[in-house]
Amino acid sequence: MTGLDLGRLAAVARKEAREYRRTPFIIGAMLVLPLVFLINPALVIFVISGTMKSAAVAKEVGSTFLVLLIVPAVIPATIAAYSVVGERDQGTLEPLLTTPVRRGEILIGKALAPVVPSVGIAYLLFALVVILAHFFAQNPAVATTLTDGSHILAQALFAPLLAIWSIGVGTAISARSSDVRVAQQLGTLASVPPLAVTALVSFQIVPVGVWTAVGFGLGLLVIDVAMWRVVAAMFDRERLITGSRAVKAAGAGTSSMPPGAVRRIRSVGGADDGGGDA
Amino acid sequence: MKLSQGNRDGGAAQPLTAGVTAALSVSHLTKRFGDRLAFEDVSFSVAHGEVFGFLGPNGAGKTTTVRTLGTLIAPTAGSALVAGIPLSAANGGEIRRRISIMPENPGLYLRLTVQENLELFSGLYGLASPCARIDYALEAVNMTGRSRDLCGRLSKGLRQRVGLARALLNEPEIIFLDEPTTGLDPVVTREVHELINGLRQRGVTVFLTTHRLEEAERLCDQVAILNTRLLTVGRPDELRGTLFHGALEVETAAPLPTPEAVFNGEAGVDGWRLRGTASYVLSVADPRVAAPKVTRALVAVGADVVSISESRHSLEDVYLQMVDEDPEARG
Repeated sequence: MTGLDLGRLAAVARKEAREYRRTPFIIGAMLVLPLVFLINPALVIFVISGTMKSAAVAKEVGSTFLVLLIVPAVIPATIAAYSVVGERDQGTLEPLLTTPVRRGEILIGKALAPVVPSVGIAYLLFALVVILAHFFAQNPAVATTLTDGSHILAQALFAPLLAIWSIGVGTAISARSSDVRVAQQLGTLASVPPLAVTALVSFQIVPVGVWTAVGFGLGLLVIDVAMWRVVAAMFDRERLITGSRAVKAAGAGTSSMPPGAVRRIRSVGGADDGGGDA
Repeated sequence: MKLSQGNRDGGAAQPLTAGVTAALSVSHLTKRFGDRLAFEDVSFSVAHGEVFGFLGPNGAGKTTTVRTLGTLIAPTAGSALVAGIPLSAANGGEIRRRISIMPENPGLYLRLTVQENLELFSGLYGLASPCARIDYALEAVNMTGRSRDLCGRLSKGLRQRVGLARALLNEPEIIFLDEPTTGLDPVVTREVHELINGLRQRGVTVFLTTHRLEEAERLCDQVAILNTRLLTVGRPDELRGTLFHGALEVETAAPLPTPEAVFNGEAGVDGWRLRGTASYVLSVADPRVAAPKVTRALVAVGADVVSISESRHSLEDVYLQMVDEDPEARG
């Protein structure tokens, strides 16, 4: 994905954002799901009694983090699952691929549009929970636990990394799928595994600490990079258009011919020539 | 629809291959998908500014050929120069910068406005003055004033026009139009034809895939007929001359008592047959040479000649003859 043109990347991202703004399903998912996921953390804050010990409070609050991380894990996958199969469905994929745009520009442009609002919503929800805990929690340990540096670091690291995983896996499924609904269901399912990893930290099965958060963050980063390499390989022009990848014949390579030399049918074989992605 | 002269935008450069006379040169191009053959051993050449008609039955491989030349699909064998650039994966971006492809379905983002659709593609082509180019393209397809309309609310004809406007944005050297008039009413069809003629006058090479043979006959300098293999390629007149013998249609006021005495032995007449009661179709080597002689012979026997005209075969006749003769088509 070297040599990306920022203008083309921005054009793709701007188009995606414009489409999302005018798609009721996406707006609905962006607004309703976060509100649903806010219910559990809010209840936890109010239910924890003032006499509960700090260690027990920390365990209870752990589930809050997990719920808040569902937003960046699930919402982008649902949106990304539509991104390629949706284009194919409405016949816009082919015109898009006939332009000089590179696969990296399409993938990053398409990823940016859902990543930014999803991560933004996740951070906003977290801030909202902290504010609620600060002002309304019966037990002061709730607010203390939530604003603990390692927890904030975990939230700050995991939210974008989960969103990037989620979009990658959604895009991969979308690139290989022929049905929008199936792609979205599979995309949501596929976003769950990394969430299980963060659950270890959230439920304090693995003790939360700065280095634990960084370690898990790095682990997620490695998974993200590996997964996006797979997605980039899948984002082949021919495969996207025809459903199958080009198979090159032996001796493939660029060859040219004298211009205007051939005007009538001949029955002689020729050299192979590529025409795939640039 | 009108086309004015406009400056090339977006930094498009001259072809990489100096001295190239053909806009498109295809040599023995073949594409297979596993065991399935899409097209095989296709060779032709299209000059700059030419309108090239690409005809063939459904499933003949026309769209796959266009996709291959448009670098969307890699050929299995063969080579090509597209806008003077060798067709290869490495040159994909440069080729796509110099060409435009309008698929049969214009493929517009229906939730976006006309302007937003064109802004996207201006950005993808990296145009330096996108607003000016969009205005130019909209004017070319008579869509000025509709830029704020949502594409989802446009009629099929208007969507087709927006698709054409999009194809004009990067001022392509070659424009591939896949069935551009399918489903359009006669007025819009005529406008699309005018646009194609306008492109030709500006030196743009048009690669026109169509099922409408009268369209190809009217617009194309050269046509190719594909049925997995290339059956023929040439100018419509040449193809007619190659495939069909010249013919004269003679109509007289009353049946000739002895037509064989008139036509047999007449220089230049190879044969004749009766069509109807007083009409005769004469097979001739050259209608222009034979017509005066036949007229004199008819007058000499006292026949009342109603008309003598050259019987012209249409491109449709050529097409049907070629496809019917093809073993692939006969199965």
